Amino acid sequence: FYFWSGISVGVHERGPFFVILTCTSFSPAAQRVFLYSRRLLTPRLLKCDIQGEKKPYKDVIDVCWGDPHGAGMKPLTFVRQVLAACIYPQLLDGGNLPMDVKRRAQKLLRWCDGGSVGSYTNTGGILEIVENLAQFISQRDGVPAHPENIWIHPGSQTILTLLLSSEATPKRGVLVPVPGHSTVPLSVAALGGVAAPYFLDEERGWELRADELRRALASARGVCRPVALYVINPGNPTGHVQSRKSMEEVIRFVAENNLFLLADEVYQGSVYDANSEFVSYKKRLYELGPPLAHTLELASFHSASKGLLGECGLRGGYVELLNMDPVVMPYVERLFHLIPSPPVTGQIALELMVEPPQPGDPMLDGSFPFPQETEHTRRTLVDNVKRVLQVLNRLPAISCQPVRGGAFAFPRLHLTTKAIRKDAGMQPDMFYCTKLLEDTGVFVSPGCEYGQKEGTYHIRFGFLPKHHLELLRRLSAFHLKFMKDLS
Amino acid sequence: MSQTDVTGAPRRGKVLTLDTMNPNIKQVEYAVRGAIVQRAVKIEKELREGAKKPFTEVIKANIGDAHAMGQKPITFLRQVLAMCAYPELLKDDAFPKDAKQRAQRILEACGGHSIGAYSASQGIECIRQDVSRFIEKRDGGIPSNPDNIFLSTGASDAIVTLLKLMVSGEGRTRTGVMISIPQYPLYSAAIADLGAVQVSYYLDEDKCWSLDVAELRRALRAAREHCHPRVLCIINPGNPTGQVQSRQCIEDVIRFAKEEGLFLMADEVYQDNVYAEGCKFHSFKKVLFEMGPEYSSTVELASFHSTSKCYMGECGFRGGYMEIVNMDPAVKAQLVKLVSVRLCPPVPGQALLDLVVNPPQPDEPSYSSFMKERTAVLDALAKKARMTEQIFNKVPGITCNPVQGAMYTFPRITLPPKAIDKAKEEGQVPDMFYCMRLLEEEGICLVPGSGFGQREGTFHFRMTILPPAEKLEIVLHKISAFHQRFTKEFS
Repeated sequence: FYFWSGISVGVHERGPFFVILTCTSFSPAAQRVFLYSRRLLTPRLLKCDIQGEKKPYKDVIDVCWGDPHGAGMKPLTFVRQVLAACIYPQLLDGGNLPMDVKRRAQKLLRWCDGGSVGSYTNTGGILEIVENLAQFISQRDGVPAHPENIWIHPGSQTILTLLLSSEATPKRGVLVPVPGHSTVPLSVAALGGVAAPYFLDEERGWELRADELRRALASARGVCRPVALYVINPGNPTGHVQSRKSMEEVIRFVAENNLFLLADEVYQGSVYDANSEFVSYKKRLYELGPPLAHTLELASFHSASKGLLGECGLRGGYVELLNMDPVVMPYVERLFHLIPSPPVTGQIALELMVEPPQPGDPMLDGSFPFPQETEHTRRTLVDNVKRVLQVLNRLPAISCQPVRGGAFAFPRLHLTTKAIRKDAGMQPDMFYCTKLLEDTGVFVSPGCEYGQKEGTYHIRFGFLPKHHLELLRRLSAFHLKFMKDLS
Repeated sequence: MSQTDVTGAPRRGKVLTLDTMNPNIKQVEYAVRGAIVQRAVKIEKELREGAKKPFTEVIKANIGDAHAMGQKPITFLRQVLAMCAYPELLKDDAFPKDAKQRAQRILEACGGHSIGAYSASQGIECIRQDVSRFIEKRDGGIPSNPDNIFLSTGASDAIVTLLKLMVSGEGRTRTGVMISIPQYPLYSAAIADLGAVQVSYYLDEDKCWSLDVAELRRALRAAREHCHPRVLCIINPGNPTGQVQSRQCIEDVIRFAKEEGLFLMADEVYQDNVYAEGCKFHSFKKVLFEMGPEYSSTVELASFHSTSKCYMGECGFRGGYMEIVNMDPAVKAQLVKLVSVRLCPPVPGQALLDLVVNPPQPDEPSYSSFMKERTAVLDALAKKARMTEQIFNKVPGITCNPVQGAMYTFPRITLPPKAIDKAKEEGQVPDMFYCMRLLEEEGICLVPGSGFGQREGTFHFRMTILPPAEKLEIVLHKISAFHQRFTKEFS
């Protein structure tokens, strides 16, 4: 196996638009290759209308990103109306916005210094919004949440900064899921830590197994001092939703091995399988009762970037900290202070996420689209997930575990030896993705970007509303031809 | 619960303790939101709950937040942003054509035509192009490459990211970062957080806080004994001091950076805030290029700007950028990688930045009202800058350098020895003791000079000049009266 540590050295172009970075590992034999396809890519390949270039497709279907709006999901009208009114309060005087929107915008503006969304807010976010987040969490979990433990703050970097230290010897380690979102190991490595992988079990629906955690920990102890376990639930890219049993195993494992638990729960609003249920790690912890419930250190992350809002660009997220050593907290606060204030538009998105308009609201007039919009999106996603699985599982040489939640399908490509050897300089799944884009205009990302068991290959793509059928059609046609040509 | 863990080692209790946490964090301090602000927030709460105090509101003159102090947002900016947020408004006749055109252009550049989509980590391409054009225009045609523009979450994000890139080495080879005393405490906090070595150079209070290269040289020589200085940070116009460096001074600094092999970081977020007669903002990049190819092709420079200050005051949007010049391509590749970890800067902030670098032109419908609003804000600040200097300089024991630019005054206060002793007794730094008293007695929240750095034995406070003129005048008189009372009490 391999470890990510201190990203360095080789950066070079490979293929028309992928940039590969190599990471050195502690195991001399293993070299890990990561892709930064999305954000670094040349727009060229994604444009269909360049002079003198004939392409076999008339539009690009971009389902590569974890970006709902980018993939065609529409923003919620209520959210955008409130946001616009907060940005330009003159709209409150006009007759074009529904009463509920106006009232909400007025309430939000009262919470802003000088009545402007351009003012700084408290470091951890507008107090009233933080209180509403606490209420949301309490209602969700049936366990009280306290505003003092909640910080509106982007991502997990700050918490990781606390746990890791570039000067520590031996290096500190964080156990990270494979497959998993690529920014996690990168953040860890950038902060001077070691990202030690634990593998999710594909054959068992990407289950997180305790024996694998134990193996990973033992292996990690050979090269670093593990201090934390990072879990993504619902999974990205895997789409698995952890069972209660699995969560209990994780909690006990973390407690026994003196690890800090980092729970990335940003997809909690996206569960499609009727037999799966999202349970927060905090709730599960409390179900297990004291002493664990009062001692296990936990940081839970959520955001307005996913789910029905999909407002990635507004950068609204929060972390809830549990059972922290009180002596450490003043220093945690100081670190948070380094970001003068979280973006106010992101805070507004969070507020609207946890306090949506309620059915039966007396001000909700008949033409108010909120309930219809959310219901439509929800149903479309559930249908799309079903369809994706049907199509994929009917095609030869490709299979997909059940997608119970999250935003992606992560099917496995059963490539022939010929396909694997096709381009010696490129990972086979990246080769597949490159060809898919060149031939059909469908842009997905390769499994090597997320990590996968040696010798397995995957692709990841979103299944959000727009162009969904066309995507499946092109992908199926391409896949059949690709497998036939390389059989 | 057993007393040993699975390896048989004694159970340690918490994972994250003072001993196990990243040791650099202990050094991190950010005075602008420090103890005095926490006390101010408590007092506000007490007032809300009906407590009786000698004042009815807390005036938070500690943070450079214009809108919080009543400055109005610029109409044009907010119109475009509202349309970006809710594109249905593009159909509304109440919005002018030039605002609509800009909103449409920004939306077209966004994924799914939504500001809710992630953007490229470096920032939306057409906005980076607009930033380049703005810089070229500002700097008299000196070319700017959009690939060297990195949009960021306010300037702070870019500053910290760049510092991250530069910190390396151990012990004597550990990166040293030169920063002024006094300085904006983000720098000292970031330096502490990253475990770099702070190399302080003193601005000359007697010469209106100007920068003397001889002082830079002194600081550098001393620092080389124990670290490897790699970076020289300059804030121009200055925070907290408000000084606007002369062109000659900027040239001298550039020359010094070249001689000594230092990477220049020029924090220019207050570039529109210049008030004093005879003072002018000179961008580091412009001066660098005007010094000829010997300098312009070698000196490594990063310049920072943001949407939080100037006439916009849009702190809450977190818009900003940095322009890098002459960075080693391999290092730049690392920078590109580093910024991708945080995904992207907030898109509304990027949109706002686009408007700041691409404001209404003379032939466009919104031009006259936009210019009127912009001028009003900057004129008011200039007036308040002068008023502040005048009023404070009348008080015995307060000396105030002219507020040449930025948004703050950093007057020097003379504290009687008895007050200094009393402060020590209470375990407080003397200027903190002074500011706390002012807060309790008058409800005015300032930041003590110790939070920014000052010469040993001198004391200052930083106050913003942002409250509306009438209010500011009252505040200035209250502080003056307080100072005299305080001096009398401890004489």
